[in-house]
Amino acid sequence: MTSFLQDKQLTIALSGEIDHHGAKEIIQEIGKKVDLYLPVVCILDFRDVTFMDSSGIAVVIRTIRRMQELGGKTRLQNIPAQPMKVLRAAGIEKIMQIEERSPAR
Amino acid sequence: MKCENYMQLEFPSQSANEAFARAAVACFAAQLDPTMDELGDIKTAVSEAVTNCIVHAYPDKLGLVTLKARILPGGVLDLIVKDKGCGIEDVAAARKPAYTTGGAERSGMGFTIMESFMTELKVTSQPGKGTTVHMKRKIVKRGERR
Repeated sequence: MTSFLQDKQLTIALSGEIDHHGAKEIIQEIGKKVDLYLPVVCILDFRDVTFMDSSGIAVVIRTIRRMQELGGKTRLQNIPAQPMKVLRAAGIEKIMQIEERSPAR
Repeated sequence: MKCENYMQLEFPSQSANEAFARAAVACFAAQLDPTMDELGDIKTAVSEAVTNCIVHAYPDKLGLVTLKARILPGGVLDLIVKDKGCGIEDVAAARKPAYTTGGAERSGMGFTIMESFMTELKVTSQPGKGTTVHMKRKIVKRGERR
C-alpha cells in the first residue's frame, strides 16, 4: 500500500480487490499509517481498486472514526464505478463528500 | 422452471474462496452478454453471500459452501448460495441495514447490497441447519437497452 504525506495531508492509494479476505489487513495498515503520520486530512484514493464489496465500507468507516478521534477529516477520491455503486448503496453520501474518478487525465 | 444451462461449485469456507466464487460466477454469466455494470453487480452480490457463509455460518470452523448458478429463459441468472452452518434466528432482522454480528471489519450492509443489486432475493434459514440465499438477476439484451 503506497502513501504520501504533504502539508499534513496523508494520501493512501488502495489497490486491487477489497473483500473480507483482505479487509482486516487493509484496516490495520491504514491505522498504522494514520498513527505514524497523524495527518489532518486522510485521503483514500480508489483509482486502482478493481473490485470492492461491503468490506470496503467497513474500511472507509473505520478510517473516518480513527480520523475523527484525531480531530481530522477523511476524503475519498478517484472512485471507479463499481466501488462507487457499493458506497452509494450503503448511503455513504449521507456522512461524507466524495469525489468520483477525476475527469480528464 | 426449465434452465438453459447450469453449474455447481462446492468449496470450503476459506476467505480466499470469496474471490474465486465471484470470478467463477462472472465467467459463467458472461454467456448472457452482460454489461460491465451488470457483471459488477453480480460479482458484488456473490461476494456478499459467500462472505456471509464464511463469517457467520461457520464462525469457528470450516464448512462447505455450495454455489449453484442457472440460466433461466429470458436471460435471467439464478444463483443459490447454500451452507449447512449455524443458521439465522431472525432473518428479517438480519436483512436490515447495519445489522451485524460480525467484527469491526464488517459493515452490516451485505443483505442490503444483495437486495439492491439483484432483481430478487430470498433468504431461508433454519437455526442449526443452515441458510440458503436465492438471488435472481435479469440481464437485459443489448438490443433492448436504452
